[in-house]
Amino acid sequence: MTINLKTVKHISKLARISLEEKKAEKLANDMNSIFEFIEKLNELKTENVEPLTSIAETTLRFREDKITSDNIREKILKNSPEKNDDFFVVPKVVE
Amino acid sequence: MTEITSLSLSKLIKNIKEKNISSQEVTKSFIDRSEKSKELNAYVTENFENCLKISKEFDNKPNFDLKLPGIPIAVKDLFCTNEVRTTAGSNILNNFVPSYESTVTQNIWNEGGILLGKLNCDEFAMGSSNETSFFGNVQNPIAKDLVPGGSSGGSSAALAANLTPVTIGTDTGGSIRQPASFTGTVGLKPTYGSCSRYGIVAFASSLDQAGPMSKDVKDCSILLEVISSFDKKDSTSIDFKRNNYSSELTKDIKGIKIGIPKEYRIDGMPDEIEKLWKKGIDYAKDCGAEIIDISLPHTSYALPTYYIVAPAEASSNLARYDGVKYGLRSSGESLIDMYEKTRSEGFGEEVKRRIMIGTYVLSSGYYDAYYLKAQKVRRLIKNDFDEAYNKVDAILTPSTPSSAFKIGEKSNDPVSMYLNDIFTVPVNLAGLPGISIPAGVDKNNYPLGLQIIGKPFDEQTVLNIAYSMEEKINYKNKITDWWIK
Repeated sequence: MTINLKTVKHISKLARISLEEKKAEKLANDMNSIFEFIEKLNELKTENVEPLTSIAETTLRFREDKITSDNIREKILKNSPEKNDDFFVVPKVVE
Repeated sequence: MTEITSLSLSKLIKNIKEKNISSQEVTKSFIDRSEKSKELNAYVTENFENCLKISKEFDNKPNFDLKLPGIPIAVKDLFCTNEVRTTAGSNILNNFVPSYESTVTQNIWNEGGILLGKLNCDEFAMGSSNETSFFGNVQNPIAKDLVPGGSSGGSSAALAANLTPVTIGTDTGGSIRQPASFTGTVGLKPTYGSCSRYGIVAFASSLDQAGPMSKDVKDCSILLEVISSFDKKDSTSIDFKRNNYSSELTKDIKGIKIGIPKEYRIDGMPDEIEKLWKKGIDYAKDCGAEIIDISLPHTSYALPTYYIVAPAEASSNLARYDGVKYGLRSSGESLIDMYEKTRSEGFGEEVKRRIMIGTYVLSSGYYDAYYLKAQKVRRLIKNDFDEAYNKVDAILTPSTPSSAFKIGEKSNDPVSMYLNDIFTVPVNLAGLPGISIPAGVDKNNYPLGLQIIGKPFDEQTVLNIAYSMEEKINYKNKITDWWIK
C-alpha cells in the first residue's frame, strides 16, 4: 500500500497541521518508508488475540468531585497567548 | 580531595552529612562547571541563582535526615516545574511556565534536592539523538560532534560531563537507557506504574515512564527510592509495596537465573556488540548467576508495533497544542486557520511526522488494520516475556545495536534512526523494568551498554544484578573536558 499526496493532505487536515506542497511530498515518502516497515505485522495471525490496551490492567479509581488546587486562575491566564479579563481570546468563530 | 563535581551522589550525600562540604559549595561547583560547559548545550533553562539561594537556606537550617540533603539536580525539560519554564524541547511550549509541579520532581524536592536547571531533550521526547530539539543539538562529552543519544540527551550529556550529580529522564521506547548507553552512564526505566506520570509532558501514555540516570548503580537505587511512589493524580499509578532500593541493594546474586534471548542476535549486528554481550554473560556467571537460553519469538515485531502505538497515542496527546490557552500562537484568519498555522510552525519535522502517522492509523477505515492489530501484537510480545519469566528471574541483552553516532549521520532516514531502539522498545511495550549499565567500549573508545530486564515490580533484582556486574566490569568513563577552553 502506498500513501499518496492526496492522502497526506487529507491526514494533515485531520491533524490540523497546515502543509506546504513541497513538504507534503517529502512527508509522503517518509510515511511510505515507515509503513513499509510496519507492514511486517501482517505476517502474524492475530484473530484470537485479546488486544493489550494498557499494561496496568487495573480498574480506574473514583475520586470525589472536589476542587483540590488553590485558585490559580491568574497563573493559568498568564500563559495564554491572548486574553480579555478572565477569558481566552480566539479569532472570530461566528460569521 | 577529588573535584566535587566528579563525586558520586552517595559520596556527596556522605560528605554533606558529615559536614565536610556544604550544600552551597556543592551547588557552586556544579554551577561553575555548567557555566564552562555551554558548548555542550545541555541546558534549556538554568535555575542557578534560585538554586544557590535554596542551598543557602538549606545550610542555614540543614536537615540531614533527608535522602538528598541539599543536593542540586538538573532534570529533563519534560517534567513540569512550578514557576520554571518547561518546553519539552519544542517551539510550541517555548514560553510555557507551569503553575504546578510534576510528582516525580516534587518527590525530589521533598527529600532535599534542589532544581539546578532544565535539560535539553528531543522535541516531546520523540527522537534517539537529541537532534529533534527546537533548542539545538547536544554534544556528547565523550567526543565532539557525537550525539548523546535521546530523547534524554541533555540529561545523559550533563550527567557524563559532571554538570549534575544525578538526573532524571523519561523513557517511552528507550529514551533513558539508550542515552545512558551512549554516554557511559547508568539509566533505569522502572516498571510501568512505578513513577507517577503526573506533570510529565505526555508523549505515549501507555508507554511513558520516568526514571533515574546516574554515574553508578548505587546512585540509581537512591534516586529510584525517592522518585518511585503511588500517586492518586496518575490514574495508572500502581499501589504496590516499594523496596528500600538503596539499603536492600546487594551484590549477592548467587543462583539468580538470567535469560539470554536468542532473537536479540539480529542480522547485521556489529561484532563488538556480540562480543560485549558474550563478555556480559561471562561477568554474570562470575557473579554467581545461572545463564539460561530463552526465546522471545515476537521480538522482531516490537518496533513496528511501537511505531503504531506510540504515534497513535502521541497524536491524541498532542491535540491539546492549539494555540488557545498556552504556548505558541500563529495568526490565522479563522479559528481553524489559526490552529493549523500554530501547529505547523510550533511542531518540528519529527513530531509532525509522528502526529501524521498516528492520525492515519487511528483514522476511520484504518483503525482495525493498524492500531488494533498493533495492540494484539503487543499482547503477544508481553506473553513472550511472561513465558520467559517462568524460567528466569531477569534477562540480559545489549542496550543498543551500536555505539553513539555522529550528529547528522542518521537524521535524514527515520527508519534507520528508529532501529536504535530495537532492544529497548520491547521492554516498554511489556511495561517491564530495564536498566542500562556501561560495559565496555567500541573501536573508537565510545561506550557500550548492557541491558538487564526484570520482572514487573522487581527493580530490586535488576539493580542487584547491575550492582554485582558493575563491580566485575569496572568501567571508567574517559572524558577529556575537550569543550572547556
